[in-house]
Amino acid sequence: MFRQVLTSALFAGFAAGLIAAALQLVFVQPVLLASELYESGEVVHFAGQGSSAHVAWAFDPVRDMLSILFATLIYCGYAMLLVAAMALAALRGVEITPRAGLLWGIAGFVAVHLAPAFGLPPELPGSAAADLGARQVWWFSTVAATGIGLWLIAFGTGPVPRVIGALAILAPQVIGAPHPDTFVGPVPPELAGLFAARALGVGFAAWTLLGLFAGWFWQREATMQAQEA
Amino acid sequence: MTALSKSAGLVRTEILGIAAVFALGLGIVTLAGHVQAATLHDAAHDTRHATGFPCH
Repeated sequence: MFRQVLTSALFAGFAAGLIAAALQLVFVQPVLLASELYESGEVVHFAGQGSSAHVAWAFDPVRDMLSILFATLIYCGYAMLLVAAMALAALRGVEITPRAGLLWGIAGFVAVHLAPAFGLPPELPGSAAADLGARQVWWFSTVAATGIGLWLIAFGTGPVPRVIGALAILAPQVIGAPHPDTFVGPVPPELAGLFAARALGVGFAAWTLLGLFAGWFWQREATMQAQEA
Repeated sequence: MTALSKSAGLVRTEILGIAAVFALGLGIVTLAGHVQAATLHDAAHDTRHATGFPCH
């Protein structure tokens, strides 16, 4: 099963990561580049006159290659977490199919993107933010609590584990993410809103595909191993 | 393939394998997404923002 877990995760993660990188470069990168003009002070928004709403796509080979590399790397990491959870469920008799994989992917998106973004929306460079260490601790705790909560809701039997699951998802949001004391970001709120929406949209597309691919490769590996045996 | 049809030892080995893949995944996400070493941060910068990780 170790080989099945690792192979499915690597194939699915690589495929979903490439798609995530492509979507990121087309939809998210232009907003990020525009915000950097405000971060560096090249363009100023809050001076009374407003500023150009032009968001341009710029090609930077080294920078874009690094983005593609890290997106595939991060999605391979996500895939390992996802397929490990799938394998644990399979040991308990849960059937893993491409269609079920879609649901797994949506749940993964909720745990890793949506729940942390509920407290810490994807931030543009130059946004005001609280201490980094505190935000990272909150990010990891929220992902862990949401993942465990979703697992309990999906696989718990009876109302008790499901209520505990719901409370685990609520807890980090009730405690609240660390926020800055003052808002001093130079970036227009219009850009920040667009960036957060697009980052979440790309994450949703990539995660649902990740789940679908993981389910597909999982089934394929199982068939191949059954034929070998 | 259910847990019932296997011996407890085999299930334990499989859980160890699953845990190893999980730990590897967690390591990759931490390294690529969260470690603040300057070179790593600069290289992963755009993807970290686009993925919604706390970055700066």
